[in-house]
Amino acid sequence: MEFLDHFGAVFTWSSMLILCAGTIGGLLLGATPGLSPTMAVALLIPFTFHMDPAQGLMLLGAAYTSTVAGGAVSAILLNIPGAPANIATALDGNVMARKGAGARALQICFISSAIGGVLGILVLIFLTPVLASWALKFGPSHLFWVAILGVTIIGTLDSKSVVKGLLAGCLGLWIAMIGSDSVQGVERFIFTEELEGGVHIIAALIGLFAIPQVIEMLAGGRHDPNRSVFEVRRASVWRSAMETISKVRALIIGGVVGTVVGLIPGAGGQIAGLVAYDQSRRFSKNSAKYGTGESEGVVAAESANNAMVGPSLVPLLTLSVPGSPTAAVLLGGLLIHGIFPGPDLFQKHAAVAFSFINSMLIGQILMLVFGLAIAGLAAKVIEVKPPILAGAILVLAVFGSYSVQNSMADVAIMLVLGIGMYFLAQYGFSPAPLVLGIILGPIAEHNYVQGRIIGEAQDGIAAYFLTGWLNVLLIAFVVLSLGYSIAGEIRAKRKDRADSAGAVA
Amino acid sequence: MKKFLIAAAALSVALPAGYAAAADYPDKPVSLTVAYSPGGATDFQARIVTMVAANKGLLGQPIVILNRPGAGGKVGWNHFASRASTDGYQMAAYNVPHFIAQSIKFKTKYNIDNLEPIANWGADPAVLVVNKKSKFNSVKDLAAWAKDNPGKVTVSGAGLFVGHHIAFLQIQKALGVKLRYVPHKGGAPALKSVLGGQVIAGVNNLSDSYRSRGNLKILGIADLQRDKQFLPDVPTFKEQGYAVDDSSVNFRGIMVRKGTPQAVIDKLAAIMPKMFANKRVAKQMRNGGSPIRIMDRAAVQKMWAERQKFLTGLLKGL
Repeated sequence: MEFLDHFGAVFTWSSMLILCAGTIGGLLLGATPGLSPTMAVALLIPFTFHMDPAQGLMLLGAAYTSTVAGGAVSAILLNIPGAPANIATALDGNVMARKGAGARALQICFISSAIGGVLGILVLIFLTPVLASWALKFGPSHLFWVAILGVTIIGTLDSKSVVKGLLAGCLGLWIAMIGSDSVQGVERFIFTEELEGGVHIIAALIGLFAIPQVIEMLAGGRHDPNRSVFEVRRASVWRSAMETISKVRALIIGGVVGTVVGLIPGAGGQIAGLVAYDQSRRFSKNSAKYGTGESEGVVAAESANNAMVGPSLVPLLTLSVPGSPTAAVLLGGLLIHGIFPGPDLFQKHAAVAFSFINSMLIGQILMLVFGLAIAGLAAKVIEVKPPILAGAILVLAVFGSYSVQNSMADVAIMLVLGIGMYFLAQYGFSPAPLVLGIILGPIAEHNYVQGRIIGEAQDGIAAYFLTGWLNVLLIAFVVLSLGYSIAGEIRAKRKDRADSAGAVA
Repeated sequence: MKKFLIAAAALSVALPAGYAAAADYPDKPVSLTVAYSPGGATDFQARIVTMVAANKGLLGQPIVILNRPGAGGKVGWNHFASRASTDGYQMAAYNVPHFIAQSIKFKTKYNIDNLEPIANWGADPAVLVVNKKSKFNSVKDLAAWAKDNPGKVTVSGAGLFVGHHIAFLQIQKALGVKLRYVPHKGGAPALKSVLGGQVIAGVNNLSDSYRSRGNLKILGIADLQRDKQFLPDVPTFKEQGYAVDDSSVNFRGIMVRKGTPQAVIDKLAAIMPKMFANKRVAKQMRNGGSPIRIMDRAAVQKMWAERQKFLTGLLKGL
């Protein structure tokens, strides 16, 4: 309970001011497509040069927590996930917003974010010593199976049919191969200089989600007869809170999945939201409603990707090993103040370490307060006339993809992928499985190649990938997940046949 | 209009290069391209060493960091060597041996002949590490075991043709045994696989290994002398009887494109070492566990040429 003793440092005027600034700044940065939490934290580090260590880290902690949640704002309102973590949020959240329930979607999103986030940080505070060594156990073979587990949900994710989902996933896996591969440095599918660095996930994300919408809005014109106009309804915070809390199952699945995925170094929080969304749908009574504006989907996705924040810092704080790109950037922020994370961090720099953790806890609350405050106003975005909105989205898309690596090549890649996606969407393909392919491809490939080298040096490749309880457990999950999808497909086919037979009779 | 353009072009050729530039250079902020992502060691150090650039007596103008990551640095350096301006307002950070090794191994647009070094700020030697629980206590232990178990020793490092890989090749040659290199996506994941017990040993940065020394055993430094500041007790490979020199040391510094006016290069080469030696810079670098090694332009030119020769030989036939 030592962290309670250090709350005093957080509740001073100057600290609260920094926390508020970090939270508001983080929400704004997070809501801007292309500015991922990793980048937001990296951009803020130079500001901490001149602060004292505790306050500098408070700024970074608050900004980290709120950018993760901020990414949901653009996902819900504009259907552009601010970061890969928010893809699953867009699936139902954006449909809700289009139906005029944007304010409710945002409120639910911020409330479940805060619940998941607080849970994750409590795990960080209480279970760090236990979990740190466990997190390190994940080697190439285990990460390979985690990636394959992700691949198994591609088929059922937001698609008209499993086949189309898998096809889109394969396309994503191929796109991920472009560029020099990360292990051997071999150059693949580089036809122009622009593709030399490969396809950056953020550029792809923005292009695939934003551009088809822009084209559709512009094609619809000023007076689109097909455009359904919904009134933006006001939503009561109280009712949204009750609604969120009533989705106990989605909250638990989100919290657990987020915590576990966050702990695994290398898997990254990118897939936490999607895995939680998929699992929650499988266990839900309303699984058919997922994808049509079901708030349960938003709850699962957002509680998961915020629950990931705390545990993702476990390997960093105790072993000085950053488990995620954002943790790597935070390591820089710690080092610059002469704080070396490691087993003795909590003895040597207790005040700084606990202020950092406490600031993330308070950051969650502040994020909730500010998030709820803007929800009603932000939801009005949907009332903006389509041509104007299309222009604004296009500006954000170009700015967002350029800012990732200061490169016009990314803008070109974003536009090409986006235009391609527009045509694919006409045939019932969806961007979510495609993006999942782009994320999982390199993780699976990279870890397979590494595992092969290590396996050859030990008892053989098969033994390396197939033995050991953690491998077997993960393989069992893969088989279960596949079996579930196949069973679901067969059930749907039978129902179809029964329905059509009934119609004939 | 056309006539005017021709005249302007003729005039710009006729004027001696740097005539106008050097006198009041720099009169606007200068950019520094970093070929790695924000938060990485190179980016982190570049931001520290340039933070006092705007001070009086130094550049008098701030230096802005531009990250252009991708393909192990190739994207940023290719862009720099082919597109950057040659007026001294666009500089880049170099990593030796990375960029030299890449220019030998791959078709790159950069090589030591079309770039001009300004000054070096840091040097991070590679070290050989094993897990704290490992049975190996010295390079000799590891070499003996590797001799009995050929091909069984896995060694992690950050990617191919970077400092870690060069050090690995040198160590393998010096030990006279077959080791297996496992490339990772950067130094941090490579260190993680040593800490997690996925590989038997690892080649990593001195600075990162120093921070994790509680969970590691550091067996040897691939440099000419011990590191007095951080690891005074760790012997070099040479001391342990293995012929591994400092060719894999990761040098970081600032360069500009060839064609930059000599007057501008001279001015930068005079100012940059002073900037790196600034007290605040030194303190922040020390806090971050980043070893400083300031070298002037002439010393860097010599070092580049030596590395070029050494790496061409080492990488031949690989």
